[in-house]
Amino acid sequence: MNAPHKTTGGGAMAATQNGDFMTSSLSNPAAAQKASTRRKPRREGPGARAWRFVVWGAMIFFLINVGLMIATVTMNSFATRWFGTPLPEGFTLHWYAQAWNDFQLANVLWVTMEVVGAVVLLSVALGVPAAYALARAQFPGKKLALLVFLLPLMVPPVTYGIPMATVLYKVGLGGTLWGVILANLVPSLPFVILVMTPFIEQIDPNLESAARIFGANTFKVFRHVLLPLLVPGILAAGLLVLVRTIGMFELTFFTAGPDTQTLVVALYYAVFSTGVRAPQSIDAMAMIYMVITLLWVLIALQFVSPTQLVSRVKEAPRDE
Amino acid sequence: MSAVSMTPAPRFDGRGWLVSPALVCLIAMFVYPFAYGLFLSFQPMEQTSGIFANYARFFTDATLWPTVFITLKLAVPATLINVGASIPAAFALRRNSPATKFVTMLLVVPVTLGTVLIADGMLTYYGPNGWFPQALHALHLYSDEVRLTHNYWGVLISLVISGFPFAFLLILSYVTGIDPTLARAAGTLGAGPWQQFRLIYLPLLVPGLTMAACLSFVQAFSVFPSAVLLGVPAGATRVVSIAAYEAAFESYDYSLASCVAIVMGFVQLLIVAAMLGARRAFYSGPTTGGKG
Repeated sequence: MNAPHKTTGGGAMAATQNGDFMTSSLSNPAAAQKASTRRKPRREGPGARAWRFVVWGAMIFFLINVGLMIATVTMNSFATRWFGTPLPEGFTLHWYAQAWNDFQLANVLWVTMEVVGAVVLLSVALGVPAAYALARAQFPGKKLALLVFLLPLMVPPVTYGIPMATVLYKVGLGGTLWGVILANLVPSLPFVILVMTPFIEQIDPNLESAARIFGANTFKVFRHVLLPLLVPGILAAGLLVLVRTIGMFELTFFTAGPDTQTLVVALYYAVFSTGVRAPQSIDAMAMIYMVITLLWVLIALQFVSPTQLVSRVKEAPRDE
Repeated sequence: MSAVSMTPAPRFDGRGWLVSPALVCLIAMFVYPFAYGLFLSFQPMEQTSGIFANYARFFTDATLWPTVFITLKLAVPATLINVGASIPAAFALRRNSPATKFVTMLLVVPVTLGTVLIADGMLTYYGPNGWFPQALHALHLYSDEVRLTHNYWGVLISLVISGFPFAFLLILSYVTGIDPTLARAAGTLGAGPWQQFRLIYLPLLVPGLTMAACLSFVQAFSVFPSAVLLGVPAGATRVVSIAAYEAAFESYDYSLASCVAIVMGFVQLLIVAAMLGARRAFYSGPTTGGKG
């Protein structure tokens, strides 16, 4: 009769011995507390808490350093003179005007826009049909084509940039605008194909079959059925290519001539010759580059996830 | 969503030709230059030397072969730091809270800004008169002159700044892909957090970790603007890409430059193959838990 019962009450608990949950929870707040907290994890010990503190602390330290580094560039671009003090001596805007003239930024920005625009348009125009073929069609050599499309993403740009520049100079395209555009197309095209292929696979093939029944040829199928459905994917891929091409340094560096430099290459040359020009005007140029890049990153983040923006390959697929 | 098409596919699918413009472009701009470079590396500029003259020169010239070891000395620690620090960070942030989203968004910034801008920022911030040494001196943590730029440490720090977010985001996506009920099941059987990590998460994470380590290593090994701007390109941080660049654009010896690029690719391939081979020693199976 005296069944063991972990309650703090006395004889009044006799009624709960047959396990009446309602009565037991009303009259025993301790058991009710235990029942409702059973879902929460065990309270972590002091070691786990200290470890979590260390990890978060290190991350925040890293982010603060990066943030302060960017802030240094910003402040220096507005400073009249700054040497070793926490804040500069004065503030001015004239470095921006000087950088605009010294580095011929109007020409550089125009070239950057031309290159980036052409790369985005060409990689989408060439990549979407290729992704369609990879997603829908079976043809001999499909695996080989897939390998050719994947390789430029695995190999870093420096390794294939030098042989590519050699070939471009041999055919006379080295240093020209089209040389830079073609060079930047190499990592962008596979990227578009990788992003678009799962998009196309998601579209019901019966839609295309239905269109063909009504007499549409492939071009009409593309224009009226596929492209409207693919617009979100094309937008995402285009924005990703845009952000990556603005920051793509090595390929443009190897293939550009003196008047076909993009902004990042011009910035490199400016920092490289840092003794010749005032660091404030270099930082003004860096600020212009940073604002442009961050603006497009912000726009792109509305449509894609940060991981897609950063990694060169598709995210690891979730097991389904 | 893979609905079966109602019309039967023809024997040779003409739509396959849609792949040809992109394929031709990539073959012309990527495959052909690679093959041409390989071919060119066996044709040294001096016509009288043998076909292996470039490679012999690479391994005997004191300005060329040490670059491989210098680059490894930079790339291996950078990869270890990036991947090693990403694992606990990804674990701490694996729940999809607003803090995770915010931190992830902030971490995208160094990667998209690129190594050139990071180098410019570091020269000012970590330079002898920047905020970092000023803070160190003000807090009396270090009284000597702080030398973090124009040496090995500057390049290493820049590799960590640009490489850590990349490794972190990749590993975060792998960590969130592991079913948490597996660890909870282990917890009900009495495993503590460290045991859960060591016996459940780590073996399941190894394929993803290897992939992230390979990609991080390849990215770190091909360091170029940071080594020039933040390091000592003629000495302590003379990396392989600098040697290739100088051969191509300062000596105009394209066959030697192709040879250096091929050696660079070969070393990367060796290390990646070694990492993938070492991964076989670990568990390799499904990473979802539960039934089946």
